[in-house]
Amino acid sequence: MSTTERATGRAIGMPLDRIDGPQKVRGTAPYAYEHHVENPLYLFAVRSSIVRGRIVSMDVSRAQDVPGVVIVVTHENAPRMADTRDQELATLQSDRVDYRGQYVGAVIAETYEVARHAASLVEISYEEETHAAVLDPASDGLYAPEVVNAGFPTDTEKGDFDRSFSSAAVRLDETYTTPTEHNNPMEPHTTVAIWEGGNLTLYESTQGVHPVGRTVARVFGLDRNRVRVVAPYVGGGFGSKGLPHANTMLAVLAAQMVEGRPIKFALTRQQMFAGVGYRTPTVQRMRLAADEEGHLTAVGHDVIEQTARFKEFAEQTAVVSRMMYAAQSRRTTHRLAALDVPVPSWMRAPGEAPGMFALESAMDELAEACNLDPIEFRVRNEPEIDPESGLPYSSRNLVACLREGARRFGWEDRDPAPRTRQEGRWLMGTGVASATYPVFRMPGSRATIRYEGDGRYAVEIGAADIGTGTWTALTQISADALEVGVEDVDLRIGDTRLPYASVEGGSSGITAWGAAIFEAARVFRERHGEDPSEGDEVQARTPNNPDTENYAMHAFGAYFVETRVDADTGEVRVPRMTGVFAVGNVINPGTARSQFIGGMAMGLSMALHEESLVDGRFGHVVNQDLAEYHIPTNADVGEIDVSWIDEDDPYVNPMGSKGIGEIGIVGSAAAIANAVYHATGIRVRDLPITPDKILP
Amino acid sequence: MRPYSYVRADDVEGAIATLSGAPDAAFLAGGTNLVDLMKLGVETPEVLVDVRRLTSERVEDLEDGGLRIGAAVPNSVLAADRKVRTGYPVLSQALLAGASGQLRNVATTGGNLLQRTRCVYFYDTTTPCNKREPGSGCSAIEGHNKNHAILGGSEHCVATHPSDMAVAMAALDAFVNVRGPEGGRRIPIEDLHRLPGDGPQHDTVLEHGELITSVDLPPPGFLSNSKYRKVRERASYAFALVSVAAALDVQDGVVRDVRIALGGVAHKPWRATKAEEALRGEPAGEENFRAAADIELESAEPLQDNAFKVPLARNVITRTLLELSEGR
Repeated sequence: MSTTERATGRAIGMPLDRIDGPQKVRGTAPYAYEHHVENPLYLFAVRSSIVRGRIVSMDVSRAQDVPGVVIVVTHENAPRMADTRDQELATLQSDRVDYRGQYVGAVIAETYEVARHAASLVEISYEEETHAAVLDPASDGLYAPEVVNAGFPTDTEKGDFDRSFSSAAVRLDETYTTPTEHNNPMEPHTTVAIWEGGNLTLYESTQGVHPVGRTVARVFGLDRNRVRVVAPYVGGGFGSKGLPHANTMLAVLAAQMVEGRPIKFALTRQQMFAGVGYRTPTVQRMRLAADEEGHLTAVGHDVIEQTARFKEFAEQTAVVSRMMYAAQSRRTTHRLAALDVPVPSWMRAPGEAPGMFALESAMDELAEACNLDPIEFRVRNEPEIDPESGLPYSSRNLVACLREGARRFGWEDRDPAPRTRQEGRWLMGTGVASATYPVFRMPGSRATIRYEGDGRYAVEIGAADIGTGTWTALTQISADALEVGVEDVDLRIGDTRLPYASVEGGSSGITAWGAAIFEAARVFRERHGEDPSEGDEVQARTPNNPDTENYAMHAFGAYFVETRVDADTGEVRVPRMTGVFAVGNVINPGTARSQFIGGMAMGLSMALHEESLVDGRFGHVVNQDLAEYHIPTNADVGEIDVSWIDEDDPYVNPMGSKGIGEIGIVGSAAAIANAVYHATGIRVRDLPITPDKILP
Repeated sequence: MRPYSYVRADDVEGAIATLSGAPDAAFLAGGTNLVDLMKLGVETPEVLVDVRRLTSERVEDLEDGGLRIGAAVPNSVLAADRKVRTGYPVLSQALLAGASGQLRNVATTGGNLLQRTRCVYFYDTTTPCNKREPGSGCSAIEGHNKNHAILGGSEHCVATHPSDMAVAMAALDAFVNVRGPEGGRRIPIEDLHRLPGDGPQHDTVLEHGELITSVDLPPPGFLSNSKYRKVRERASYAFALVSVAAALDVQDGVVRDVRIALGGVAHKPWRATKAEEALRGEPAGEENFRAAADIELESAEPLQDNAFKVPLARNVITRTLLELSEGR
C-alpha cells in the first residue's frame, strides 16, 4: 500500500499549451541578459593562455588606456572573497593558473566592444609548469575517489566475478570510449550583477536560483537574504548551469568594484568550452558473460575518466550496470586521472548517458554471441528485484517498452545478420537499446500557496524553467493539488524571493517541486478549507517519501533505430527512431513529447557528432565553436516516434510521475551504434561514429 | 575586435584607391567570414572599404555563350539562376551544399572565393599558425588534423580551402576578372588560389588593392552533365571532408572529356588533372574511374588523423563519374 497520497487529477495529463509560449514567440520573455537595467557596464574576461603555473606579472596599461575602460580587474586588485575553499569559484584570488582558459583578469567598460578589445590588450607573463591535459587510461596515477557523483559508491562487488566470468560459456571483454563533450545550451552563461548598499541582485542564466544565491552568499560572505537571484526564463542548461561556475563569481567581483552600476557579462561561444562544465571522456571496459541459455552470469564495468587536479568531480558512469540486468556476479569500478583541466561537471544524464552506451553496446554484442535476438536477450535477463539494493521496483516496465517498441517499429521479422540489406549505395540496419534513469528527489523545496480572492490562487516556488516546460507543468500540478482549474492558478517561479527550490537537475524538478506543492495544497485545505479568505496562506516543504526506503525507483524505456550508411563514404544517417518510455504519469503530453524528442536528438548527437578535441600541447579544446563542434542540424534528425506506456506507480510521488528530462538520451547512442553495426558489420566502440571510423 | 573605420566607396576605382593607400585596409562584401574573423582578432583591419554595391549583382550572357557572374551576386541568387542550373548544375549544387540559407543570401561570389581556411588553429589566436602569423609555426601538423590537406601541403601549412563554389568553378575552368591599382587582369581560377609553400599567409595571388569584379564561365557544352558531391559529418551546415565537382562527356562508351576538382583535400580547389588525363580516350567504367582516382591520389600525403580521406576521395570520384556516365 502506498504511503503517498495520489493526485485525483484533471489537469495532469492534459496537453496544455506552454504558458510561456506566446511571450517566447514574441520575444518578450526576458532572458538574463535582456533584463533592463539602468546605466550598465560590460565585462569581458581575460583568460589564461598557459595550462599550469603562476602569473608573474600583468601589464594592464594598454587596456586601461582604451577610452571607455573603467577598471581592469586582476588578481592583484580584485576584492577578496570570504570563502575560497572551492577552487573552481575562487576567481582572481591568487596568481595560480590551474587550467588553460581560466579567468585571470577582466575588463569593465562602458560598452561590450570596448571591454572585449581592451581585454585583448592585457599582457601577462607567466611562470609555466609542465602539465597533463589529456586522459591517459594507462597512466599509473589513477585513483579511486571516495564516492562518485550523486553520492554513489565508487566500486561495487557482488558474488565471485572473476570466477563467474572466467568459467562462462559466452564472454565479451571490450572497451568502449566516449569523448569529452560540452553542454552548449543555446543561451550562453550570462549574469547581470548589481551590488548596491550591501545587497546583490543577479539576473542569472541558471538551473536553480536558490542554489546559486546560497553559493554566492557563502563565497562573498553575504547574508543569504541580501542576495537575490532572478531567472524566469533560461535558454537551456543541460547541466552546465546546474552548479554555479567561475563566470558568475567574476561578474559579482566586478559588480562589487563598481558598486551601484550593473555589470553585464555573457560568455562567447568559444568561452563556453572552458570553465562552465563538460562531460569527462570515459574509457569503459565491459566484461559480460552468459551461460548457454543467454542468462548473464557476470557483469563487469570498469571506468576510467578524468577530473581536475584542483577540484574533484567523478562521473557515476558504471551505476547503470549495477541495476539494469540480473546476474549472479557483478563488479563495477571508477578510477580517475587528476589533470590540469577545467573541472568536469553535470552534462545531460551524467553517468547514465556514457554508461549505457557501453552497457547497451556490449549487450548487443553478447546477444549476437548467444545467437539471441537482442530483445529476447534483454528479457531473459530482466531482474525480479533491483540487483543492487535487493528492493522491489516501485514499477519496472522495461519489457513492456521493448515489446511495444518492437511492435511500433516493425522489429518482428528482423534478420540479425549484419551487412545484408542495401538500397542503392545505402547499407541499411536496425538497432535496439534499453533506457533507464533513476527517480531522484532532492530535499528541501518549499511551496507557498495563497488565496488571492476571486477564485484565484498564487503558487510560489523558486523553481527553474530551462525550456523544459516547468511553467506549464507546475501550473497543472497546482491545479490538481488544489482541485481548481489551471486558469485559477498564478504560478510564480525563478526568483529567490520565492520559497526555496532545489536545482533543476537529475530530472528531479517535477518530483521535488510538485511534491512540495501537493503538500502545501493539502495543508492549505486542512487549515483554510474549500472556501478560504483572501490572503490565507500556507507554506510547506517537500515531504520525505518513506517509500524510497522500500522500493527501487527508476524510469525505463527502449529505443529502436534505423540507420543507413553510405557504403562509399561512411556517412551515417538516421531516418527513423522510435522511443517508448515507462515514466509513470505524464504531466503534460505536449511538453513531455518535446523533452523525449530533444533527448533522443541529443542521443543522436552523442552517437554521431559531439566531440571536444583537446590539444594536449595547449591544454584546451580547439574545435571551440559550433561550426567545428558538431551537433545535429534539422536535416540530421529524421522521424522520431515517441510514445509511453500506461504505468501506474503509486510510490514515487503524489503525481505518480518520474522525471523525463534525461532518459531520452540514455541508451539512444547505443541503439544507433547497434544499428550501424547491423548495417555495416562494423562495430564502432569509440564515439562519435564518424566516416573515418567506418571507411576501410 | 580592433577598432576600425568603415568607408563606403562610390565606385570600384575609389575603393581600390582607398585600399591601396592603407596597408591595413580590407574590402568588405557580405562579411560572413571577415566579420567573424575580426571578432576573434584573427583579422585586424584598420579600415573596411564596403564594396557590396560596387560590382555587378547580375548574371549576364557572354558573347561566346558563357556567363559572367558579377562579384556581388549573392550565393543564393547564383544557385537559383536558371542558366546556371541547366548549363552548370555542378555550380548550383555546390552553392546549395555550402553554409545555410541565411548565409547564402548575404555571401557574395567574390567573397566566397576569398573565404579563409577553417583550420581551428588559424581561428585561435592563442596558438601558433603560419597563415595567421608567419613564422610562428603550424599547430595542425602535429595537432588535430582530420579536416586538413592530403595534397599539396607544406611543412608550413596543411590547411584546406573551405569553399564549395570555388571547387565547382575550378572544374568549370572559370576565369576571375580582377581590377587593381595597375589596371585589370583575367586570372584562370586554377591560378587564383595558391598552395601554401613557404608563404601560407597568402591564400591567393591577388595583390593588396586588387578587387574581384566578376567570374566568367565558358560555354556550357558537356558541363551540363556535371554534379557536385560533398561528404561531411552531418547532413547540412558542415565543411567538406572531401567534395568532388565533376563533368563528364562520354560518347560511344569512351570518355571524350572530363573535369574533376576536389574540395577539402588541399590549400586550394584541387583540379585532378592527372586523373583527367588518364581518362580521356579511355572506356568509361568503374574500373577506369577508380584507376584514374588512384593516379591522382598517388601523391597524397595524409597526416595522422586524415588518412581516411584517400579512400574517401577515391570512392567519391569513382561514384560521381559513374553516376554521370549513367546519366544519373
